[in-house]
Amino acid sequence: MQKKIDLPLNHSDIVSLKAGDRVLLSGVVYTARDAAHKRMYEQEEMGMPLPIDLTNQVLYYVGPTPEKPGEVIGSAGPTTSSRMDAYTPKLIAKGLKGMIGKGYRSDEVKQAIMNHKAVYFGAVGGAAALISRSIKSSEVIAYPDLGTEAIRKLVIENFPVFVINDVYGGDIYIDGTTKYKRENE
Amino acid sequence: MKIIEYQTIVEEVKEMCKKANYNLGEDVYTAFSQALKTEKSETGREVLSQLIENADIAKAEQVPMCQDTGTAVFIVELGQNCQITGGSLVEAINEGVAKGYGEGYLRNSIIHHPLDRKNTGNNTPAIVHIELVEEEHIVIHMTAKGGGAENMSDLKMLKPSDGVDGIKEYVLDIVKKAGPNACPPLVVGIGIGGNFERCAYLAKKSLFRPIGIRNHDQTIAAMEEELMMEINRLGIGPQGLGGSTTALDVKIEAEACHIAALPVAVNLNCHASRHQTSILM
Repeated sequence: MQKKIDLPLNHSDIVSLKAGDRVLLSGVVYTARDAAHKRMYEQEEMGMPLPIDLTNQVLYYVGPTPEKPGEVIGSAGPTTSSRMDAYTPKLIAKGLKGMIGKGYRSDEVKQAIMNHKAVYFGAVGGAAALISRSIKSSEVIAYPDLGTEAIRKLVIENFPVFVINDVYGGDIYIDGTTKYKRENE
Repeated sequence: MKIIEYQTIVEEVKEMCKKANYNLGEDVYTAFSQALKTEKSETGREVLSQLIENADIAKAEQVPMCQDTGTAVFIVELGQNCQITGGSLVEAINEGVAKGYGEGYLRNSIIHHPLDRKNTGNNTPAIVHIELVEEEHIVIHMTAKGGGAENMSDLKMLKPSDGVDGIKEYVLDIVKKAGPNACPPLVVGIGIGGNFERCAYLAKKSLFRPIGIRNHDQTIAAMEEELMMEINRLGIGPQGLGGSTTALDVKIEAEACHIAALPVAVNLNCHASRHQTSILM
């Protein structure tokens, strides 16, 4: 079973999602990885406005390859999310509702997801050429000097993800591994 | 005396960088297809199907299969009677990497300095290991090593009394800690012996051996198979979402070491396990 969800995320969609669900996302997401997170965090600390309004938005942790002539974007799969953990609770508190990446999140991020009703999605790491097919447009909208790490606005269509962490504290990395560890015995 | 032109190496390395990133190795493709038949989890099979489709697209369109096109790491078997004319071996490799990553639309992921973190803009410098050999040839082995799996790798100086059980326990612990972060199903590269830095090199070197090819030492080969079974019982599965395919293969390289030491290094490789070999005669 596969759910289809249009972005931005609304509250009823968020609370309907459970760890392990397969979802196809359509709409707008913003890209940001290590360097963009660091800069947003520093600007926030200095009381400067962020270059994008994150309220109800979804961040995609990705640093794409350069696009070939005629391509919308290069290969664009998820990077490891835990490197963003130091910054994420603050962004969630400011209204960020979703994140797409891969790999474990910290307890602080999971708690923020529960407290502020957000969701963490995992895309398949290393499936970057396939994932790029569901990206319909790409535009650098902030920090162009960061190159591959610049903030881009992407329009995606039927972008395949799994729900990793839900508002109920569910974590498919823990639940899935526990289940199959038992079955593999 | 064998003469090899600088420019020959540049051109060869340039093509290797592109091929490694566009074309999933046949050994890996076969391993995915096998795993798709045996994987117990439906989600795991969905992940494997996506990876196979991704490899097909990357090859057909000649685009990178992953956006992390890696650190370019080389092991060069350099014939001691070979002479390179027109420049140095390491310069030739770096020029080839810069051209391959530039012309191939591959991502530049290398920074000048670990603290200032400014991108060098052409994915150099490459990491180059040179092994002198007697044959009159140069064999270039290349891997495009992604950051996610490299970050979850580890090294430990065990005690000799820890023995085989201690080694296994340590390897399983590293794979468990890596969980989804290293992009399973993994190729697990293990170095045993040598010393602190040699052990890490052995683990890296083991990853250049194609999937399905065992160590020639029977005892080590048996250990590779046992560890493979034990890792696949962990339940981590494709992308860490749960399943029966956590490792596509386990590779071990072992070497002589000090009477007081049992160094063990675990170098994890993501499922793409990108490697290329080229022989210059």
